Formats: sequence, C-alpha cells, structure tokens
Amino acid sequence: MRVGDRLLWHDVNVDVPAGQFVAILGPNGVGKSTLIKAALGVIPLADGEAYVLGEPAGVANRDIGYLPQRRSFDSSLRVRGIDVVRLGLDGDRFGLPWPWSAKNREAGRRVRDVIERVDASSYAMRPIGELSGGEQQRLLIAQALVRDPRLLILDEPLDSLDLPNQSAIAELIRRVCVDSGVTVLMVAHDVNPILPYLDQVIYLADGGAVCGTPAEVITSPTLSALYKTPIEVLRTSDGRLVVVGQPEAPAHHADRHTGQPH
Amino acid sequence: MAPYMQHAALAGTAIAIAAGLIGYFLVLRSQVFTTDALGHVTYTGAMSGLAFAFNPLLGLFTATVAVAGGFAVLGRRARADDVVIGSTFAWVLGLGALFQRLYTEHHSSGNGRAGATYLFGSIFGISATQAVVSVFICVGVCIAMALMARPLLFASIDEAVAVARGVPVRLLGAGFLIVVGVTCAEAAQAVGALLLLGLVSAPAGAAHRLTTRPFVGLALAAAIAVFSTWAGLLISYLVPRTPPSFAIIGVATLSYLLTFTWRPDARTRRPVAVT
Amino acid sequence: MTLVASVVAVSNGNASWSWNLPGDVRDMFGYPFMVNAFRAGTIVAILGAIVGWYMVLRKQTFAGHTLSVAAFPGAAAATLIGISATVGYFAFCLAAALVIAIASRPSRGRGFSAESAVVGTVQAFVLASGYLFATLYNGLLSGLNNQLFGFTFGITDDQVVTLAAVAVIVLAVLAAIGRRLFFASIDSDVADARGVGVRLLGVVFLLVLGAAAAEASQITGALLVFALLVMPAAVAQRVTARPVAGIMLAVLIGVVATWAGLTMAYYTSYPSGFCITTFAFVAFIAVHRVRARA
Repeated sequence: MRVGDRLLWHDVNVDVPAGQFVAILGPNGVGKSTLIKAALGVIPLADGEAYVLGEPAGVANRDIGYLPQRRSFDSSLRVRGIDVVRLGLDGDRFGLPWPWSAKNREAGRRVRDVIERVDASSYAMRPIGELSGGEQQRLLIAQALVRDPRLLILDEPLDSLDLPNQSAIAELIRRVCVDSGVTVLMVAHDVNPILPYLDQVIYLADGGAVCGTPAEVITSPTLSALYKTPIEVLRTSDGRLVVVGQPEAPAHHADRHTGQPH
Repeated sequence: MAPYMQHAALAGTAIAIAAGLIGYFLVLRSQVFTTDALGHVTYTGAMSGLAFAFNPLLGLFTATVAVAGGFAVLGRRARADDVVIGSTFAWVLGLGALFQRLYTEHHSSGNGRAGATYLFGSIFGISATQAVVSVFICVGVCIAMALMARPLLFASIDEAVAVARGVPVRLLGAGFLIVVGVTCAEAAQAVGALLLLGLVSAPAGAAHRLTTRPFVGLALAAAIAVFSTWAGLLISYLVPRTPPSFAIIGVATLSYLLTFTWRPDARTRRPVAVT
Repeated sequence: MTLVASVVAVSNGNASWSWNLPGDVRDMFGYPFMVNAFRAGTIVAILGAIVGWYMVLRKQTFAGHTLSVAAFPGAAAATLIGISATVGYFAFCLAAALVIAIASRPSRGRGFSAESAVVGTVQAFVLASGYLFATLYNGLLSGLNNQLFGFTFGITDDQVVTLAAVAVIVLAVLAAIGRRLFFASIDSDVADARGVGVRLLGVVFLLVLGAAAAEASQITGALLVFALLVMPAAVAQRVTARPVAGIMLAVLIGVVATWAGLTMAYYTSYPSGFCITTFAFVAFIAVHRVRARA
C-alpha cells in the first residue's frame, strides 16, 4: 500500500474468520486506518487483492457497518441522535421517506430496536451535539449496526473516551459480536481495554503482519521478529500488557488529507 | 386583487419555498455566505445586461448559475479562504456599479432606479410571464431538493460514513450549489441582490432553532419564508411607502428573533450526568 | 466653477488624460473637490490599512464587512432626519460594533453554522433598513449609489477635518494598545495568562474597527470597504510576516490604490469606489498568483 510516494506496508496477508472480534494493532503511522479504507474500497491497493465478505473490496459495503475515526459532532448541530442512526439505515436513498407508509414505520421500529440494543434509548431524542463523547459513540455504533451488517469495522472508537467509557463500549462491542454473530474488525492503538474480549489480533508493521490469538502474537519473540528490532512485552501486576521498543513510523509527516508529503 | 399583487404573491410564494429549502441546508453546511457572493453576482449580471443591451434577467441568470457552477467544480478549495472570497466578490459588486454607471450614462429614460431594482428587488414589478417562469423554476428546485434531501443530509452531517456507504458526496455538493445558484437568481427578482441573504438565513436559522428533526426543519424553513413573504407583501400594501423587500426581510428577521426567546428543549433537558 | 457644476463636468468625462503627468496632476488639483478627495482618500487609506492589518490578523474580516454595512442605514437615517450624514455613519457603525462586542462569545473564529445564520440575517436586515430610510426620503436616485458605492467627489472641507480628527484619535488608541493587541491576537491564551486583558482589547478593537469602517464607507461606499480595509492588509500579510514592515506595506498599497483609483475616476466616468477597488484587487491577485507559483 502506498500513500503518496511512501510505501506504507507490503506483504500483508490477512484472513479474518467470521463472527470473531479482531483487533488491528501497531504503532502510530503504520497505516492501520489505511488498511481499513482499503478493505472498504475507498483507497485502492497498490498491489495485490482485497476480498471482503467474498467480494472485491468496496462491493459488499452494504453489509458492512463502518465507524470512522474521531468523529464528533459540532455542539450546535441541531439534529437528533435517532435521526443520525436513521441515516445509517436509508440515508443513501434518493427521494423523501413517505411518512405514513408501512415501510417507514418498519424503519422506525428497526431504528428504535438497535438503539435499545446499545442502551442509548434514554438520550437518543436529544440533539446529538449536546451529548457526551460516550453517548455519541453508542449512537454511532447503533448507526453502524442498524442495517444488520455481517461485518463491523471500527476505527479507534475508544480514542477520545475516558477509562470507564472505554470498558463499557468495549463490552458493548463484544456483546454485539456474540449476540448477533457480527464479525468485528477494530483498529486500536491500545490493546488493553479490549484484551479480555479479543479472539484474534493482527499486528501491522512496515514489512508485513502477524495474525493470531493475543497470547500467540503479543509476545516478545513474535513482535521482535515482526519489527526486526528487540521488543519486550511486559505484563503488569493488574494484567495489562505493555509493549516496549515499538518503533514509530518514520517521520515523513505526510499531509493527512492529500497523502502528499509536505 | 390587482394583477401586480397576484404576480407578486405567486412568484413570492414560489421563491420563498425554494429559499427556505436551500436555506436549511446552507445553514447546516455552513455555506450561508455563498449566497452573499452569489447575490453580488446577480446584481453584476443584471447590470451587465443593461449596460451591454441584452436582457438583464438573462445576464442575471447566466452569471449566477455560471459562478455557482464554478463553486461546484472547485469544491473544497472554493471554501478555503474568507479573505479571498470576500475580496473577489467585493470587486464583482464594484464591477456591477461600473456597469450601472455605464448604463445610466448612455440611457436617460427613468433609469435611476435600475440599481435599486436589482439591489433591493422589485417584487411588485414582476410581470405575469416572470411569475409563471418563477413558479416553474421553483417547482423544479423543490423536486430537486426532495430527491436530494436525504443523501445530502447524510453527506452534510456524516461525510465519512456516507462516502463509505456509496453516497456520491461530491456530486451532491455540486448539484446542490447549482440549485442554490438558480434559487438566488430567482430570489434576486423578489428581494434583491443584497437582501436575498436574509431570505435564506433567517427562516432556516429559525427552523434550526425550533426543531431537531431534519424533515420537519426543512418544511418549517419553507413555511416561515412563505409566511414572511405574505406578511411582508401585506404590510407593504397597507402601510404606504414601505418597500416590500424591507417588509419581507423584516418579518423574517423578527421571526428568527422570536425563536431566541422560546427554548423548546428547556423542559426536556435533564441535568448533565457524568457518564 | 461651483462644486456641483465641476463635479458634473468631471463625471461626464470632460477631463482628458494627456500623459503629461505634472500637467495632468495640476489640472486635477485645480478643482478643490479633487483636492479634498485626495486628502480624504489618503487619510482613510492610511487608517484603513493599519486597522485592516490587525483585522486580517485576527481573522475578523467578516465582522469588518458587517460593521461597514451598517454605514448605509446610518447615512440614510441621518439624511432622513436632516442631520449630517457623517454623524450617521459614525453613530451606526460604532453602535453596531458595540452590539457585536456584547453579543459575541470569546471565540473569534468564523463560527458555527448557527452563528453564520445570525450574521447573514443581521446583514440583510441592516441593508433593508437602509433601503427603507432611503425610500422615505426619496433618495433612490443618486443618494443610494453614493452611500453604497462611494462618491468621493462631494467631500467637503468639514468632512476632511472630521475624517482627519477621528483618524488621529483612532491611530493614537492603536499606538497605545498596539503591542498588546498583537500579542492578544496571535496567542490569546498566553496573553490572557500574562494579564493582557484579551477580552477588553477585543472590545476596544471592535470600536476601532467601527470607526475605521465608518471612515472607509465615506470613500468607497458601504459595500466596497474591502478595498481599503482588507485588500491592502491581506496583500501585506502574504508578502511579509513582520509587523512593522507589513503595516507600512499595507499603507503604501492602500494609498497608491486610492490615488490611482481617484485619478482613474477623474478621467473616466467610472465610480470612484469601483476604481479604487480595482487597483487594490489587482495588487491582491498579483500577490496570490506569485505566491501560488512559488
């Protein structure tokens, strides 16, 4: 995968089985979000192929629920949470919804159901700009789930949340994964909040990737081999993992928006 | 009702509906000042028609839609810099003043009002043909907005997800700007180049304050714009020497002001829990 | 030659450019109204460039535009009730500055969508009010254009004195707060911590801006103040980031644009506001083109 004239990663061969909760990890700048966008067909691969849900990347996006990175709504935005979730259901259709049709009622029911599933019913009617980060995130997960996707892709959803919220949302995602059989692919920069719930991890590096269970992958030998530099994985007394020695991506400081280095 | 009043009411209603609909999205997308720039263009376009002896309405329309198209094509880059846009369209307005001077130099028949007509509108001067054309155009705008509203809402609130979902975000933004251009050209005939900004800002601003349901907001913006137009026309008719465009904008402004005194979610707002 | 007759003669293009610069300039300054135009224009160009430099720095160009727009109903209302238009200009612009100062939150950025609806509504209503006043005193023929697009050739001696006096006061205020204002504009958080009084400075600056907008409106008209308030300063800031050099450059550009514009308006029949705006705009484009290629 290239961004601008910088080779992000190569030789990444990843196979994600259905119904599992998988995390994509790696240092900053290695291209985790880019991998996600490649899977969605939003960015083309420089070389190789991506198949998602049996189709080339981008074709099956209707069956994918996507939560991009760091979305927050302008605090003065006067649109309700429930409307934002509804957009996830049929916001891409042209024309106006017919207010009194059975189809519309059905849609309303589905939206209310999915909001219930994420425990956001008590504040879904409020303008989304007024809600806290954790509340917005729940509604956004509802938006990603409202079409009953087979695959849920989340890009650093716990990024801007405080610790109690992080574990609450992580638990919610796990519950969704187990109850609905949805495959969850989640990019994270800190594995600890989700470690208890993960089935697999994919560790991404310049020269490739390693997949497997956390116990297999997040070990000093495995990661050292991947990054070709000594890495130590330490376990703290409360069970958290700390990865020491992980290289940050070279400081090319490419412009995030155009991909052109400046 | 006198014919001129009928034409004014007919055209005014059609234009108000269109202005309300686009206004809702302009406020949502923070593109309100695009209408300011386009308003300047309507004036300069009309004046170029007068100065160079072709139909001013033709000049008005082509110039406005062309510039709106230019904005559409430039896309993101066109919204970059307040200073650049403000300076460019200040000069465009000055150009209109030049054309007006050229026109008044060479024609001496009752033309002192030409400037005022296009700057502040002349809704009572709308002919029967103009009124019918306005209705057709605004019906077109309404149909276009009805088709675009949902995906445009998605693209405006939640662009990244909309793109992933296959919503043609760029195309929608461009199409929307063209619709805005057409509406501004129409609105300039009713309330004038300088005041059409108010017709798209005030009803839409009020609608955003009154409701958080998008489709209700759209309808409300159109309704408030229509109400302002009717009330404005009535006031102008009843109170001597009141210019109709002032009355229309005045009612719209007052309506917006009133929404600041009413807090619709005051009752439902619960104390902020620390989550 | 009476003032009116000479102005009419000029605006009918009776003057002709003969490429003999000293001779032409002497001809031009033979008319007192031209001398006044140049005096007033120069004063306002200097004031506008300096105030505008801070305005562009603080990204308040739109506030500046909205304040100048208030000049239109000010002049129209003053004419309606029979007092001097100058008083109207200043009164309305300063009042508008106070309103903005009181009503706005500390954030000085372009603001959220909700705020832009407010600004758009206010701007339209202000202009509509001006139209109402103008209609009421039947000033729709020439008066309207003069207030909107400028009519620099009717400036009286009294007006020149007023413009100069206000300019001196405003520049004195700016000289006093200049350094603190600069600090507060580029780094408001640190400035606040140092006790610079960011909020108060903001209010004072808005009043300064109101006065400058009122002055500029009398030269370029309420709608074209960008030519004297924004463009010279914007050009200067693209060229250099150094404050003193930037301000001096802005003043230079503003004055040159004004002189060139007034001369052009004298020899052609084009409106003075347009002429000045064009020269300023040419400088603006030139700088942007050059920079874009760099």
